[in-house]
Amino acid sequence: MNLDYIIEVEDMTVAYEAKPVLWDVDLNIPKSILMAVVGPNGAGKSTLIKAMLDLIKPVSGNVLFNGASYKSQRKHIGYVPQSESVDWDFPTNVLDVVLMGRYGEIGWIKRPKEEDKKKAREALEKVNMIEFADRQISQLSGGQQQRVFLARALVQDADIYFMDEPFKGVDAKTEKAIISILKELKERGKTIIVVHHDLQTVEEYFDWVVLLNTQIIASGPVSEVFTDENLRKTYRSTGQILKR
Amino acid sequence: MSPQMEIQIIAVIVAVACSLPGVFLVLRKMSMMSDAITHTILLGIVIGFFMVNSLTSPFLIVGAALMGVITVFLTEMLNNTKLVSEDSAIGIVFPLLFSIAIVIISKYASSVHLDTDSVLLGELAFAPFNRMKVFGIDIGAKAIYSMGGILIINLLFVIIFFKELKIATFDPALATVLGFSPALIHYSLMTIVSITAVGAFESVGSILVIAFMIGSPVTAYLITDNLKSMIILSGLIGGLNGILGYQLASFLDVSIAGSMAVMTGVVFLLVFIFSPSRGLLTIVSRRKRQKIEFAGKSLMFHIYNHEGKEEEALESGIYTIKEHLQWNEKFLKLIIKELKDKEKIYIKDDIIKLTESGREYAIKSYEEIVSGF
Repeated sequence: MNLDYIIEVEDMTVAYEAKPVLWDVDLNIPKSILMAVVGPNGAGKSTLIKAMLDLIKPVSGNVLFNGASYKSQRKHIGYVPQSESVDWDFPTNVLDVVLMGRYGEIGWIKRPKEEDKKKAREALEKVNMIEFADRQISQLSGGQQQRVFLARALVQDADIYFMDEPFKGVDAKTEKAIISILKELKERGKTIIVVHHDLQTVEEYFDWVVLLNTQIIASGPVSEVFTDENLRKTYRSTGQILKR
Repeated sequence: MSPQMEIQIIAVIVAVACSLPGVFLVLRKMSMMSDAITHTILLGIVIGFFMVNSLTSPFLIVGAALMGVITVFLTEMLNNTKLVSEDSAIGIVFPLLFSIAIVIISKYASSVHLDTDSVLLGELAFAPFNRMKVFGIDIGAKAIYSMGGILIINLLFVIIFFKELKIATFDPALATVLGFSPALIHYSLMTIVSITAVGAFESVGSILVIAFMIGSPVTAYLITDNLKSMIILSGLIGGLNGILGYQLASFLDVSIAGSMAVMTGVVFLLVFIFSPSRGLLTIVSRRKRQKIEFAGKSLMFHIYNHEGKEEEALESGIYTIKEHLQWNEKFLKLIIKELKDKEKIYIKDDIIKLTESGREYAIKSYEEIVSGF
């Protein structure tokens, strides 16, 4: 155990049938970084964070948060799934979705209190969506959906955030708004791990990066490991064109 | 109490009890699971009967509820192999288990007093014959008490676990991360569905159970955007369908359960067409409105683009513009009239011109489209 790292992934292998999606991944993530997980389609980016969150059972391997198991650290971990993973026609409004982020804190059976609602409203203010609080979620644009999900993560008040493609399908304005909130979280000592697609913005947005293609190609500070050579290795087998 | 009254009370209790778990089946896109469960529980009842040799033992309900959960489990297991889709898996599991029950019943027909017809359609008319007696005193039809008990269980379940049901239905991944086991909630819900189906099918039959579990929530879903209102409305609509169905049945002197299921379909259809928020009529007129509004925007933008240029007379001329936009005369006239009424355009020397507010509107619409959000 090394206390310099807030997350340690050891020998993680995940397979669908006999096809490995992640193969013997070792990864150490230090505290207070804003990290991008980058790699070609099918490289296992989403799978990596799902396996870390115990949403997928790995074939082998182990994850430690603060040197302890996921279950004991659950309250310190926030998660923003891909926005298309939920049914936006569900009969509920924006404030209610944000309140769901408080459910873990509230626990079984008990109801959200005024305090929780206040936190939800504050989070909505933060993502500039407070005037949409009573809006039906089916009426939101892609960018607004993602802001609501971010607000929901904020009310979880976690130390570590996992976000699965928060910039997918959002407008430029929302992307800037989201990244400035993430940078602020980092300044406050939080660790944020983002599955990211756009190589062009990695240097501008993130200070830490993991290049992934079934195995870890490189991981470290963007200035050190986000090199042409590492990128070529990451995208080598895929034929996807690199544009930086 | 008259038997007529008792039948309607039973119908309303069954309708409300079914709609409670039904709302979550609909939102989980598992409507067809209710179809499977309401049938396969028969196997549970038959097996239970052979184990205890009684048709009134509560053990039968346990067996039936268990069979409902087994149905869900088998379906999911098949589906998880990725060789069979979920709807096909239901199509395999449900007839298999149901027909095993039918085969057993037909083999031992003489010793099992189970009528397969009444399983499907039920016989609500006979429900008042089965009395509940306490110390020899008749306190009403037994079905009122058995279904009343199930109604209370369902109400408690939905009220106590409202938050858990909501998050596990809307976002199972987040529910898992927050420590609410969606699998546990899922199987609890399926157990509730099974218990409800067992209690209800004896009096109303499986077709009506499905109508009450799915028909009323789907109807409510067309009216409201709020989960709590959807639950309350489903109960109200179900109760209404029961009473209207009974009235229809006594008026036409036909099957009671059948009429109630028909009413469920009719009420759904009416709401589907006339619902103010999501009804067919609203949607059609909204689309038409959107088409006209968009055409107005396009026309204004077209005029704005050619404003003050030498081709303006041709591009925005009242007689020539339809060649450029490729619109038919009638549609063009409609749009021009709309915009003139709103004072967005005026016509001068046979050329369409933008008013000041029309120009502002065209620029604003363009910027909205370009900037997104």
